Amino acid sequence: MKIDKNTINKIARLSRIKLDDKESEDYIKDLNSILDWVEQLNEVNTENVEPLSNISSSILPKREDVSNDTNSSEEILENAPDKLEGFFAVPKVVE
Amino acid sequence: MNNLIKGEKHDWEMVIGLEIHAQVKSNSKLFSSSSTKFGSSPNSQVSLVDAAMPGMLPVINKYCVEQAVKTGVGLNAKINNYSVFDRKNYFYADLPQGYQISQYKYPIVGEGKVTIDFKDGTSKDIRIVRLHLEQDAGKSLHDQNPSKTYVDLNRSGVALMEIVSEPDIRTPDEAGMYISKIRSILMYLDTCDGNMQEGSLRADVNISVRKPGDEYGTRCEIKNLNSIKFIKQAINYEAKRQIEILESGGSIEQNTMLFNTSTGKTRPMRNKEEAHDYRYFPDPDLLPLEISKEEIGKIKSSIPELPDELKNKFIETYKLSNYDASVLTAEKQTSDYFNETINSDPELKNYAKIVVNWITSELFSLLNKNNQDLNNSPVSPENLGQLIKLISTNEISGKIAKDVLEDMFSSGKTARQIVDEKGLQQVTDQGEIAKVIDEVIAENPKMVEQYLAGKDKLLGFFVGQAMKLTKGKANPKMLNDILKQKLNKKN
Repeated sequence: MKIDKNTINKIARLSRIKLDDKESEDYIKDLNSILDWVEQLNEVNTENVEPLSNISSSILPKREDVSNDTNSSEEILENAPDKLEGFFAVPKVVE
Repeated sequence: MNNLIKGEKHDWEMVIGLEIHAQVKSNSKLFSSSSTKFGSSPNSQVSLVDAAMPGMLPVINKYCVEQAVKTGVGLNAKINNYSVFDRKNYFYADLPQGYQISQYKYPIVGEGKVTIDFKDGTSKDIRIVRLHLEQDAGKSLHDQNPSKTYVDLNRSGVALMEIVSEPDIRTPDEAGMYISKIRSILMYLDTCDGNMQEGSLRADVNISVRKPGDEYGTRCEIKNLNSIKFIKQAINYEAKRQIEILESGGSIEQNTMLFNTSTGKTRPMRNKEEAHDYRYFPDPDLLPLEISKEEIGKIKSSIPELPDELKNKFIETYKLSNYDASVLTAEKQTSDYFNETINSDPELKNYAKIVVNWITSELFSLLNKNNQDLNNSPVSPENLGQLIKLISTNEISGKIAKDVLEDMFSSGKTARQIVDEKGLQQVTDQGEIAKVIDEVIAENPKMVEQYLAGKDKLLGFFVGQAMKLTKGKANPKMLNDILKQKLNKKN
Protein backbone atom coordinates (compact mmCIF):
# COMPACT_ATOMS: atom_id res chain seq x y z
CA MET A 1 0.00 0.00 0.00
CA LYS A 2 1.20 3.49 -0.90
CA ILE A 3 0.01 6.80 0.49
CA ASP A 4 -0.54 9.40 -2.22
CA LYS A 5 -1.78 12.96 -2.21
CA ASN A 6 -5.46 11.90 -2.38
CA THR A 7 -5.15 9.53 0.54
CA ILE A 8 -3.36 12.06 2.71
CA ASN A 9 -6.01 14.66 1.94
CA LYS A 10 -8.75 12.23 2.85
CA ILE A 11 -7.12 11.26 6.14
CA ALA A 12 -6.56 14.91 6.97
CA ARG A 13 -10.20 15.74 6.24
CA LEU A 14 -11.47 12.81 8.34
CA SER A 15 -9.25 13.97 11.20
CA ARG A 16 -10.25 17.62 10.76
CA ILE A 17 -6.60 18.61 10.28
CA LYS A 18 -5.65 21.30 7.81
CA LEU A 19 -2.42 20.58 5.91
CA ASP A 20 -0.56 22.88 3.55
CA ASP A 21 1.34 21.46 0.56
CA LYS A 22 4.64 21.23 2.37
CA GLU A 23 3.06 19.39 5.32
CA SER A 24 1.24 17.02 2.98
CA GLU A 25 4.51 16.13 1.29
CA ASP A 26 6.18 15.51 4.65
CA TYR A 27 3.37 13.30 5.90
CA ILE A 28 3.27 11.30 2.67
CA LYS A 29 6.96 10.55 3.17
CA ASP A 30 6.62 9.75 6.90
CA LEU A 31 3.56 7.56 6.56
CA ASN A 32 5.01 5.67 3.61
CA SER A 33 8.15 4.84 5.51
CA ILE A 34 6.03 3.59 8.43
CA LEU A 35 3.95 1.46 6.09
CA ASP A 36 7.06 0.09 4.43
CA TRP A 37 8.36 -0.97 7.78
CA VAL A 38 5.08 -2.63 8.74
CA GLU A 39 5.03 -4.30 5.34
CA GLN A 40 8.22 -6.09 6.28
CA LEU A 41 6.32 -7.82 9.06
CA ASN A 42 4.22 -9.47 6.38
CA GLU A 43 7.16 -11.73 5.69
CA VAL A 44 6.48 -13.53 8.96
CA ASN A 45 4.15 -16.48 8.63
CA THR A 46 1.26 -15.85 11.05
CA GLU A 47 -1.08 -18.57 9.89
CA ASN A 48 -2.91 -20.19 12.83
CA VAL A 49 -1.57 -17.55 15.21
CA GLU A 50 -4.19 -15.71 17.25
CA PRO A 51 -3.79 -11.92 17.24
CA LEU A 52 -2.11 -10.75 20.43
CA SER A 53 -4.20 -8.07 22.06
CA ASN A 54 -1.87 -7.31 24.93
CA ILE A 55 1.41 -8.55 26.33
CA SER A 56 0.55 -8.26 30.00
CA SER A 57 -1.90 -11.18 29.90
CA SER A 58 -3.93 -9.31 32.47
CA ILE A 59 -7.70 -9.38 32.58
CA LEU A 60 -10.00 -6.47 31.80
CA PRO A 61 -10.60 -4.75 35.15
CA LYS A 62 -14.28 -4.20 35.97
CA ARG A 63 -16.12 -1.89 38.33
CA GLU A 64 -19.29 -2.39 40.37
CA ASP A 65 -22.38 -0.53 39.20
CA VAL A 66 -22.25 2.31 41.70
CA SER A 67 -22.97 5.88 40.67
CA ASN A 68 -21.49 8.92 42.32
CA ASP A 69 -23.98 11.66 42.95
CA THR A 70 -21.78 14.66 42.37
CA ASN A 71 -23.18 17.46 40.27
CA SER A 72 -20.59 17.98 37.57
CA SER A 73 -22.03 20.82 35.53
CA GLU A 74 -19.92 23.67 36.85
CA GLU A 75 -16.64 21.80 36.60
CA ILE A 76 -17.45 20.32 33.20
CA LEU A 77 -18.44 23.62 31.66
CA GLU A 78 -15.48 25.51 33.10
CA ASN A 79 -13.38 25.27 29.95
CA ALA A 80 -16.24 25.66 27.49
CA PRO A 81 -15.69 28.57 25.10
CA ASP A 82 -19.43 29.19 25.09
CA LYS A 83 -22.24 27.96 27.31
CA LEU A 84 -25.84 28.76 28.17
CA GLU A 85 -28.04 27.62 31.03
CA GLY A 86 -25.94 24.58 31.72
CA PHE A 87 -25.52 23.58 28.06
CA PHE A 88 -22.44 23.71 25.88
CA ALA A 89 -23.18 26.14 23.07
CA VAL A 90 -21.49 25.13 19.81
CA PRO A 91 -21.76 26.39 16.22
CA LYS A 92 -25.04 25.25 14.69
CA VAL A 93 -24.98 21.65 13.54
CA VAL A 94 -27.30 21.34 10.59
CA GLU A 95 -29.63 18.30 10.52
CA MET B 1 -51.49 -13.69 4.05
CA ASN B 2 -50.75 -11.15 1.39
CA ASN B 3 -47.79 -8.97 2.28
CA LEU B 4 -47.39 -7.36 -1.09
CA ILE B 5 -47.95 -3.77 -2.20
CA LYS B 6 -49.74 -3.18 -5.47
CA GLY B 7 -47.62 -1.25 -7.94
CA GLU B 8 -48.37 0.16 -11.37
CA LYS B 9 -46.81 -2.78 -13.19
CA HIS B 10 -46.53 -5.55 -10.62
CA ASP B 11 -46.58 -6.29 -6.91
CA TRP B 12 -43.72 -5.31 -4.61
CA GLU B 13 -42.41 -6.84 -1.44
CA MET B 14 -40.72 -4.92 1.38
CA VAL B 15 -37.53 -6.26 2.93
CA ILE B 16 -36.91 -4.77 6.37
CA GLY B 17 -34.25 -5.16 9.04
CA LEU B 18 -34.05 -3.32 12.35
CA GLU B 19 -31.19 -2.08 14.48
CA ILE B 20 -32.61 -1.54 17.94
CA HIS B 21 -30.75 0.59 20.47
CA ALA B 22 -31.71 -0.29 24.02
CA GLN B 23 -30.25 1.62 26.96
CA VAL B 24 -29.03 -0.76 29.61
CA LYS B 25 -30.87 -0.32 32.90
CA SER B 26 -28.02 0.43 35.31
CA ASN B 27 -27.12 2.99 37.96
CA SER B 28 -23.92 4.17 36.34
CA LYS B 29 -22.53 4.51 32.83
CA LEU B 30 -20.71 1.87 30.79
CA PHE B 31 -17.20 3.20 31.39
CA SER B 32 -17.64 5.76 34.18
CA SER B 33 -19.39 6.18 37.54
CA SER B 34 -21.69 8.99 36.44
CA SER B 35 -25.38 8.50 37.11
CA THR B 36 -27.66 7.44 34.24
CA LYS B 37 -30.77 9.11 35.67
CA PHE B 38 -33.06 10.59 33.03
CA GLY B 39 -34.19 14.21 33.08
CA SER B 40 -31.53 15.71 35.37
CA SER B 41 -30.30 19.24 34.77
CA PRO B 42 -27.96 19.48 31.75
CA ASN B 43 -24.34 18.33 32.13
CA SER B 44 -24.84 17.46 35.80
CA GLN B 45 -23.96 13.77 35.28
CA VAL B 46 -20.76 14.05 33.30
CA SER B 47 -17.49 12.68 34.62
CA LEU B 48 -14.11 13.61 33.24
CA VAL B 49 -14.18 10.30 31.35
CA ASP B 50 -17.53 11.15 29.72
CA ALA B 51 -16.23 14.57 28.75
CA ALA B 52 -13.12 12.91 27.27
CA MET B 53 -10.65 14.98 29.24
CA PRO B 54 -7.07 14.12 28.32
CA GLY B 55 -5.62 11.13 30.14
CA MET B 56 -8.92 9.72 31.35
CA LEU B 57 -9.31 5.96 31.02
CA PRO B 58 -12.48 3.88 30.69
CA VAL B 59 -13.24 1.16 33.27
CA ILE B 60 -16.06 -1.17 32.32
CA ASN B 61 -19.22 -1.60 34.41
CA LYS B 62 -19.55 -5.28 35.38
CA TYR B 63 -23.32 -5.07 35.74
CA CYS B 64 -23.78 -3.72 32.19
CA VAL B 65 -21.88 -6.72 30.87
CA GLU B 66 -24.16 -9.06 32.82
CA GLN B 67 -27.23 -7.23 31.53
CA ALA B 68 -26.04 -7.73 27.94
CA VAL B 69 -25.44 -11.43 28.54
CA LYS B 70 -28.88 -11.77 30.14
CA THR B 71 -30.46 -10.10 27.14
CA GLY B 72 -28.54 -12.40 24.82
CA VAL B 73 -29.95 -15.42 26.64
CA GLY B 74 -33.45 -13.89 26.36
CA LEU B 75 -32.96 -13.58 22.61
CA ASN B 76 -32.04 -17.27 22.39
CA ALA B 77 -28.63 -16.17 21.23
CA LYS B 78 -25.09 -17.43 21.41
CA ILE B 79 -23.04 -15.70 24.13
CA ASN B 80 -19.45 -15.10 23.10
CA ASN B 81 -16.78 -15.87 25.69
CA TYR B 82 -14.49 -13.40 23.98
CA SER B 83 -15.42 -9.98 22.67
CA VAL B 84 -13.54 -6.80 21.82
CA PHE B 85 -14.23 -3.09 22.14
CA ASP B 86 -13.44 -0.98 19.09
CA ARG B 87 -13.37 2.72 18.40
CA LYS B 88 -15.84 3.97 15.82
CA ASN B 89 -14.45 7.29 14.70
CA TYR B 90 -16.55 10.29 13.68
CA PHE B 91 -16.87 13.93 14.61
CA TYR B 92 -20.00 15.31 16.14
CA ALA B 93 -20.63 17.95 18.78
CA ASP B 94 -22.26 15.52 21.21
CA LEU B 95 -19.41 12.99 21.01
CA PRO B 96 -16.53 14.50 23.01
CA GLN B 97 -14.14 11.58 22.46
CA GLY B 98 -14.30 11.91 18.69
CA TYR B 99 -15.10 8.20 18.65
CA GLN B 100 -17.72 5.92 20.09
CA ILE B 101 -16.54 2.86 21.98
CA SER B 102 -18.47 0.03 20.36
CA GLN B 103 -17.97 -3.58 19.32
CA TYR B 104 -17.33 -4.38 15.70
CA LYS B 105 -15.75 -7.67 14.74
CA TYR B 106 -16.26 -9.51 18.03
CA PRO B 107 -19.61 -8.65 19.64
CA ILE B 108 -20.57 -9.97 23.06
CA VAL B 109 -23.65 -11.78 21.70
CA GLY B 110 -23.98 -13.66 18.41
CA GLU B 111 -26.88 -15.17 16.43
CA GLY B 112 -30.30 -15.60 18.01
CA LYS B 113 -34.00 -15.39 17.22
CA VAL B 114 -37.32 -14.11 18.50
CA THR B 115 -40.84 -15.22 17.60
CA ILE B 116 -43.73 -12.91 16.75
CA ASP B 117 -47.37 -14.07 16.98
CA PHE B 118 -50.12 -13.06 14.57
CA LYS B 119 -53.80 -12.64 15.32
CA ASP B 120 -54.71 -15.63 13.13
CA GLY B 121 -52.72 -17.96 15.41
CA THR B 122 -49.66 -18.30 13.17
CA SER B 123 -46.22 -17.11 14.18
CA LYS B 124 -42.90 -16.23 12.58
CA ASP B 125 -39.26 -16.24 13.65
CA ILE B 126 -37.11 -13.14 13.16
CA ARG B 127 -33.40 -13.96 13.24
CA ILE B 128 -30.99 -11.81 15.24
CA VAL B 129 -27.53 -11.24 13.79
CA ARG B 130 -25.86 -9.94 16.94
CA LEU B 131 -26.05 -7.80 20.04
CA HIS B 132 -23.16 -5.58 21.00
CA LEU B 133 -22.39 -3.11 23.78
CA GLU B 134 -21.57 0.50 23.02
CA GLN B 135 -21.70 4.03 24.43
CA ASP B 136 -24.62 6.34 23.91
CA ALA B 137 -23.85 9.86 22.66
CA GLY B 138 -24.86 13.15 24.27
CA LYS B 139 -27.95 15.07 23.26
CA SER B 140 -28.00 18.02 20.84
CA LEU B 141 -30.73 20.63 20.83
CA HIS B 142 -30.93 22.33 17.45
CA ASP B 143 -34.12 24.34 17.74
CA GLN B 144 -33.34 26.65 20.67
CA ASN B 145 -31.19 29.22 18.91
CA PRO B 146 -30.82 30.18 15.22
CA SER B 147 -27.02 30.09 15.23
CA LYS B 148 -26.12 27.67 18.03
CA THR B 149 -26.60 24.03 18.90
CA TYR B 150 -26.85 23.25 22.61
CA VAL B 151 -25.18 20.11 23.93
CA ASP B 152 -26.02 18.10 27.05
CA LEU B 153 -23.61 15.29 27.84
CA ASN B 154 -25.67 13.56 30.56
CA ARG B 155 -26.46 10.72 28.14
CA SER B 156 -22.89 10.54 26.91
CA GLY B 157 -21.44 7.17 27.90
CA VAL B 158 -24.65 5.47 29.02
CA ALA B 159 -24.50 1.78 28.03
CA LEU B 160 -26.44 0.79 24.93
CA MET B 161 -27.19 -2.63 23.55
CA GLU B 162 -27.50 -2.57 19.79
CA ILE B 163 -29.63 -5.49 18.62
CA VAL B 164 -29.36 -6.14 14.88
CA SER B 165 -31.94 -8.29 13.06
CA GLU B 166 -31.64 -10.13 9.77
CA PRO B 167 -33.79 -8.60 7.00
CA ASP B 168 -36.56 -11.10 7.82
CA ILE B 169 -39.33 -8.54 8.28
CA ARG B 170 -41.78 -8.04 5.41
CA THR B 171 -44.43 -5.55 6.56
CA PRO B 172 -44.70 -2.45 8.76
CA ASP B 173 -46.91 -4.46 11.13
CA GLU B 174 -44.28 -7.17 11.49
CA ALA B 175 -41.71 -4.47 12.27
CA GLY B 176 -44.01 -3.15 14.99
CA MET B 177 -44.59 -6.62 16.40
CA TYR B 178 -40.87 -7.36 16.34
CA ILE B 179 -39.89 -4.27 18.30
CA SER B 180 -42.78 -4.86 20.73
CA LYS B 181 -41.51 -8.37 21.30
CA ILE B 182 -37.94 -7.21 21.89
CA ARG B 183 -39.25 -4.55 24.27
CA SER B 184 -41.29 -7.15 26.11
CA ILE B 185 -38.29 -9.47 26.52
CA LEU B 186 -36.08 -6.60 27.74
CA MET B 187 -38.70 -5.58 30.29
CA TYR B 188 -39.22 -9.12 31.61
CA LEU B 189 -35.45 -9.40 31.97
CA ASP B 190 -35.32 -5.93 33.52
CA THR B 191 -32.30 -5.10 31.37
CA CYS B 192 -33.88 -1.98 29.78
CA ASP B 193 -36.80 0.11 30.98
CA GLY B 194 -38.33 0.04 27.48
CA ASN B 195 -39.35 3.69 27.64
CA MET B 196 -39.51 4.76 24.00
CA GLN B 197 -40.68 8.29 24.81
CA GLU B 198 -37.56 8.97 26.85
CA GLY B 199 -35.43 7.36 24.15
CA SER B 200 -34.36 4.33 26.21
CA LEU B 201 -35.42 2.24 23.24
CA ARG B 202 -35.14 3.45 19.66
CA ALA B 203 -34.52 1.93 16.26
CA ASP B 204 -32.89 2.45 12.88
CA VAL B 205 -34.82 0.82 10.03
CA ASN B 206 -33.20 -0.64 6.93
CA ILE B 207 -35.63 -1.03 4.07
CA SER B 208 -35.60 -2.02 0.41
CA VAL B 209 -38.25 -3.24 -2.02
CA ARG B 210 -38.15 -6.01 -4.62
CA LYS B 211 -40.24 -8.06 -6.97
CA PRO B 212 -41.22 -11.15 -4.95
CA GLY B 213 -38.55 -13.80 -5.42
CA ASP B 214 -35.92 -11.38 -6.74
CA GLU B 215 -32.61 -10.58 -5.08
CA TYR B 216 -32.63 -7.88 -2.38
CA GLY B 217 -32.85 -4.34 -3.75
CA THR B 218 -30.69 -1.39 -2.71
CA ARG B 219 -31.62 -0.32 0.80
CA CYS B 220 -31.98 2.94 2.66
CA GLU B 221 -31.56 3.39 6.38
CA ILE B 222 -34.00 5.53 8.37
CA LYS B 223 -32.32 6.78 11.54
CA ASN B 224 -33.47 7.12 15.10
CA LEU B 225 -37.19 6.31 15.30
CA ASN B 226 -38.59 6.37 18.81
CA SER B 227 -42.14 5.09 18.51
CA ILE B 228 -43.80 2.10 16.91
CA LYS B 229 -46.22 4.42 15.15
CA PHE B 230 -43.36 6.38 13.57
CA ILE B 231 -41.58 3.18 12.57
CA LYS B 232 -44.65 2.01 10.66
CA GLN B 233 -45.26 5.43 9.11
CA ALA B 234 -41.64 5.79 8.04
CA ILE B 235 -41.59 2.32 6.47
CA ASN B 236 -44.81 2.94 4.56
CA TYR B 237 -43.60 6.28 3.24
CA GLU B 238 -40.13 5.05 2.34
CA ALA B 239 -41.42 1.92 0.56
CA LYS B 240 -43.79 4.02 -1.53
CA ARG B 241 -40.99 6.45 -2.37
CA GLN B 242 -38.70 3.65 -3.51
CA ILE B 243 -41.42 1.96 -5.58
CA GLU B 244 -42.24 5.22 -7.33
CA ILE B 245 -38.58 5.73 -8.26
CA LEU B 246 -38.20 2.16 -9.54
CA GLU B 247 -41.44 2.17 -11.51
CA SER B 248 -40.50 5.37 -13.29
CA GLY B 249 -37.30 3.67 -14.42
CA GLY B 250 -34.97 5.14 -11.81
CA SER B 251 -32.71 3.38 -9.32
CA ILE B 252 -32.37 3.64 -5.55
CA GLU B 253 -29.36 5.40 -4.14
CA GLN B 254 -28.15 3.85 -0.89
CA ASN B 255 -28.76 6.58 1.63
CA THR B 256 -29.21 7.44 5.27
CA MET B 257 -32.60 9.06 5.78
CA LEU B 258 -34.24 11.13 8.47
CA PHE B 259 -37.95 10.86 9.25
CA ASN B 260 -39.87 14.05 9.85
CA THR B 261 -42.51 13.19 12.43
CA SER B 262 -44.75 16.14 11.60
CA THR B 263 -44.86 15.67 7.81
CA GLY B 264 -44.60 11.87 7.87
CA LYS B 265 -41.91 12.02 5.16
CA THR B 266 -38.33 10.78 4.89
CA ARG B 267 -35.45 12.77 3.43
CA PRO B 268 -31.75 12.01 2.95
CA MET B 269 -29.35 13.34 5.59
CA ARG B 270 -27.37 16.21 4.20
CA ASN B 271 -24.08 15.51 5.89
CA LYS B 272 -23.36 12.16 4.30
CA GLU B 273 -20.06 12.30 2.47
CA GLU B 274 -17.55 10.06 4.21
CA ALA B 275 -20.12 9.47 6.92
CA HIS B 276 -19.47 5.76 6.65
CA ASP B 277 -15.71 5.84 6.97
CA TYR B 278 -15.60 4.99 10.66
CA ARG B 279 -12.07 3.54 10.66
CA TYR B 280 -12.85 0.98 13.35
CA PHE B 281 -9.90 -0.31 15.34
CA PRO B 282 -9.55 -2.07 18.71
CA ASP B 283 -9.60 0.42 21.58
CA PRO B 284 -6.09 0.35 23.06
CA ASP B 285 -7.50 1.52 26.43
CA LEU B 286 -9.54 -1.65 26.90
CA LEU B 287 -8.50 -5.27 27.07
CA PRO B 288 -10.71 -7.86 25.39
CA LEU B 289 -13.78 -8.80 27.40
CA GLU B 290 -13.67 -12.42 28.48
CA ILE B 291 -16.58 -14.16 30.17
CA SER B 292 -16.18 -17.67 31.54
CA LYS B 293 -18.68 -20.48 31.02
CA GLU B 294 -19.31 -20.41 34.77
CA GLU B 295 -20.22 -16.73 34.73
CA ILE B 296 -22.58 -17.28 31.79
CA GLY B 297 -24.12 -20.25 33.59
CA LYS B 298 -24.67 -18.17 36.70
CA ILE B 299 -26.39 -15.42 34.73
CA LYS B 300 -28.53 -17.98 32.86
CA SER B 301 -29.79 -19.46 36.10
CA SER B 302 -30.87 -16.01 37.32
CA ILE B 303 -33.17 -15.42 34.36
CA PRO B 304 -36.88 -15.08 35.15
CA GLU B 305 -39.70 -16.65 33.16
CA LEU B 306 -39.80 -15.01 29.73
CA PRO B 307 -42.91 -14.10 27.72
CA ASP B 308 -42.74 -17.15 25.44
CA GLU B 309 -42.39 -19.63 28.31
CA LEU B 310 -45.18 -17.93 30.19
CA LYS B 311 -47.31 -17.92 27.04
CA ASN B 312 -46.94 -21.68 26.64
CA LYS B 313 -47.71 -22.17 30.31
CA PHE B 314 -50.91 -20.13 29.99
CA ILE B 315 -51.97 -22.07 26.90
CA GLU B 316 -51.39 -25.36 28.66
CA THR B 317 -52.80 -24.52 32.09
CA TYR B 318 -55.77 -22.42 31.09
CA LYS B 319 -56.45 -23.67 27.54
CA LEU B 320 -56.10 -20.15 26.15
CA SER B 321 -55.58 -19.46 22.46
CA ASN B 322 -52.09 -18.62 21.23
CA TYR B 323 -53.17 -15.06 20.52
CA ASP B 324 -54.88 -14.48 23.88
CA ALA B 325 -51.85 -15.85 25.66
CA SER B 326 -49.48 -13.64 23.66
CA VAL B 327 -51.54 -10.51 24.39
CA LEU B 328 -51.50 -11.44 28.06
CA THR B 329 -47.73 -11.96 28.16
CA ALA B 330 -46.69 -9.04 25.94
CA GLU B 331 -46.17 -6.87 28.99
CA LYS B 332 -45.01 -8.16 32.32
CA GLN B 333 -47.51 -6.04 34.22
CA THR B 334 -50.37 -7.66 32.26
CA SER B 335 -49.27 -11.22 32.93
CA ASP B 336 -48.66 -10.36 36.60
CA TYR B 337 -52.14 -8.86 36.84
CA PHE B 338 -53.69 -11.91 35.17
CA ASN B 339 -51.83 -14.25 37.51
CA GLU B 340 -52.97 -12.36 40.58
CA THR B 341 -56.55 -12.19 39.37
CA ILE B 342 -56.88 -15.84 38.48
CA ASN B 343 -55.17 -16.95 41.69
CA SER B 344 -57.43 -14.80 43.87
CA ASP B 345 -60.10 -17.51 43.85
CA PRO B 346 -59.64 -21.23 43.15
CA GLU B 347 -62.81 -21.31 41.02
CA LEU B 348 -61.56 -18.70 38.59
CA LYS B 349 -59.16 -21.00 36.77
CA ASN B 350 -62.21 -22.54 35.10
CA TYR B 351 -63.11 -19.13 33.69
CA ALA B 352 -59.68 -18.14 32.34
CA LYS B 353 -61.02 -16.95 29.00
CA ILE B 354 -63.52 -14.67 30.78
CA VAL B 355 -60.72 -13.32 32.98
CA VAL B 356 -58.65 -12.55 29.86
CA ASN B 357 -61.54 -10.74 28.23
CA TRP B 358 -62.29 -8.64 31.27
CA ILE B 359 -58.66 -7.60 31.60
CA THR B 360 -57.80 -7.01 27.96
CA SER B 361 -61.03 -5.42 26.81
CA GLU B 362 -63.10 -3.98 29.67
CA LEU B 363 -60.37 -2.98 32.11
CA PHE B 364 -57.92 -1.87 29.41
CA SER B 365 -60.49 0.38 27.77
CA LEU B 366 -61.34 2.01 31.12
CA LEU B 367 -57.63 2.55 31.82
CA ASN B 368 -57.14 3.99 28.36
CA LYS B 369 -60.10 6.31 28.69
CA ASN B 370 -58.72 7.63 31.98
CA ASN B 371 -55.13 7.74 30.78
CA GLN B 372 -54.03 5.31 33.44
CA ASP B 373 -51.71 2.37 33.59
CA LEU B 374 -52.34 -1.18 34.78
CA ASN B 375 -49.64 -0.64 37.40
CA ASN B 376 -51.79 1.89 39.23
CA SER B 377 -55.19 0.49 38.28
CA PRO B 378 -57.89 1.58 40.75
CA VAL B 379 -59.31 -1.93 40.42
CA SER B 380 -57.10 -4.48 42.12
CA PRO B 381 -56.70 -8.02 40.72
CA GLU B 382 -58.58 -9.40 43.76
CA ASN B 383 -61.52 -7.08 43.14
CA LEU B 384 -61.68 -7.92 39.46
CA GLY B 385 -61.55 -11.58 40.45
CA GLN B 386 -64.50 -11.03 42.75
CA LEU B 387 -66.48 -9.36 39.96
CA ILE B 388 -65.81 -12.24 37.58
CA LYS B 389 -66.82 -14.70 40.26
CA LEU B 390 -70.17 -12.87 40.53
CA ILE B 391 -70.64 -13.25 36.78
CA SER B 392 -69.59 -16.89 36.70
CA THR B 393 -72.02 -17.80 39.49
CA ASN B 394 -74.82 -15.97 37.65
CA GLU B 395 -75.23 -13.54 40.49
CA ILE B 396 -75.04 -10.61 38.10
CA SER B 397 -75.30 -10.46 34.32
CA GLY B 398 -72.36 -9.59 32.12
CA LYS B 399 -74.08 -6.42 31.05
CA ILE B 400 -74.60 -5.19 34.58
CA ALA B 401 -71.06 -6.24 35.44
CA LYS B 402 -69.77 -3.62 33.01
CA ASP B 403 -71.56 -0.90 34.95
CA VAL B 404 -70.29 -2.36 38.19
CA LEU B 405 -66.71 -2.29 36.89
CA GLU B 406 -67.04 1.38 35.96
CA ASP B 407 -68.37 2.06 39.42
CA MET B 408 -65.49 0.11 41.00
CA PHE B 409 -63.06 2.08 38.86
CA SER B 410 -64.32 5.47 39.98
CA SER B 411 -65.36 4.74 43.57
CA GLY B 412 -62.73 2.20 44.57
CA LYS B 413 -65.44 0.01 46.14
CA THR B 414 -65.48 -3.76 45.75
CA ALA B 415 -67.84 -5.51 43.35
CA ARG B 416 -69.66 -7.11 46.27
CA GLN B 417 -70.28 -3.75 47.96
CA ILE B 418 -71.68 -2.19 44.81
CA VAL B 419 -73.92 -5.13 43.95
CA ASP B 420 -75.30 -5.24 47.48
CA GLU B 421 -75.75 -1.49 47.83
CA LYS B 422 -77.56 -1.10 44.53
CA GLY B 423 -79.39 -4.41 44.68
CA LEU B 424 -78.03 -5.56 41.34
CA GLN B 425 -78.28 -9.30 41.94
CA GLN B 426 -79.56 -11.08 38.92
CA VAL B 427 -83.15 -12.31 39.13
CA THR B 428 -82.94 -16.06 38.68
CA ASP B 429 -86.25 -16.90 40.28
CA GLN B 430 -88.36 -18.61 37.58
CA GLY B 431 -91.61 -17.46 39.14
CA GLU B 432 -90.55 -13.85 39.36
CA ILE B 433 -89.39 -13.75 35.76
CA ALA B 434 -92.58 -15.48 34.60
CA LYS B 435 -94.66 -12.88 36.43
CA VAL B 436 -92.92 -10.04 34.60
CA ILE B 437 -93.35 -11.77 31.26
CA ASP B 438 -97.04 -12.26 31.88
CA GLU B 439 -97.28 -8.56 32.51
CA VAL B 440 -95.51 -7.69 29.27
CA ILE B 441 -97.67 -10.07 27.25
CA ALA B 442 -100.86 -8.74 28.80
CA GLU B 443 -99.89 -5.15 28.03
CA ASN B 444 -99.03 -5.73 24.36
CA PRO B 445 -101.75 -7.87 22.81
CA LYS B 446 -101.21 -6.45 19.32
CA MET B 447 -97.53 -7.24 19.34
CA VAL B 448 -98.26 -10.74 20.51
CA GLU B 449 -100.63 -11.18 17.57
CA GLN B 450 -98.04 -9.95 15.10
CA TYR B 451 -95.42 -12.19 16.62
CA LEU B 452 -97.62 -15.20 16.35
CA ALA B 453 -98.38 -14.25 12.74
CA GLY B 454 -94.70 -14.81 12.04
CA LYS B 455 -92.92 -11.58 12.92
CA ASP B 456 -90.14 -13.34 14.83
CA LYS B 457 -88.11 -10.19 15.24
CA LEU B 458 -90.56 -8.96 17.86
CA LEU B 459 -89.03 -11.37 20.37
CA GLY B 460 -86.38 -8.75 20.98
CA PHE B 461 -89.07 -6.22 21.81
CA PHE B 462 -90.54 -8.46 24.50
CA VAL B 463 -87.12 -9.20 25.96
CA GLY B 464 -86.39 -5.49 26.06
CA GLN B 465 -89.66 -4.70 27.85
CA ALA B 466 -89.13 -7.44 30.41
CA MET B 467 -85.56 -6.32 31.03
CA LYS B 468 -86.76 -2.79 31.53
CA LEU B 469 -89.21 -3.92 34.18
CA THR B 470 -86.49 -5.87 36.00
CA LYS B 471 -84.00 -3.00 35.59
CA GLY B 472 -81.81 -5.29 33.51
CA LYS B 473 -81.44 -7.79 36.28
CA ALA B 474 -83.29 -10.77 34.83
CA ASN B 475 -81.07 -13.65 33.82
CA PRO B 476 -81.10 -13.25 30.04
CA LYS B 477 -81.11 -16.95 29.23
CA MET B 478 -83.97 -17.74 31.57
CA LEU B 479 -85.88 -14.74 30.34
CA ASN B 480 -85.54 -15.85 26.74
CA ASP B 481 -86.52 -19.42 27.48
CA ILE B 482 -89.59 -18.59 29.53
CA LEU B 483 -90.69 -15.91 27.07
CA LYS B 484 -90.55 -18.31 24.14
CA GLN B 485 -92.45 -20.95 26.07
CA LYS B 486 -95.20 -18.56 27.06
CA LEU B 487 -95.58 -17.03 23.59
CA ASN B 488 -95.68 -20.39 21.90
CA LYS B 489 -98.33 -21.60 24.32
CA LYS B 490 -100.52 -18.79 23.02
CA ASN B 491 -100.39 -20.34 19.60
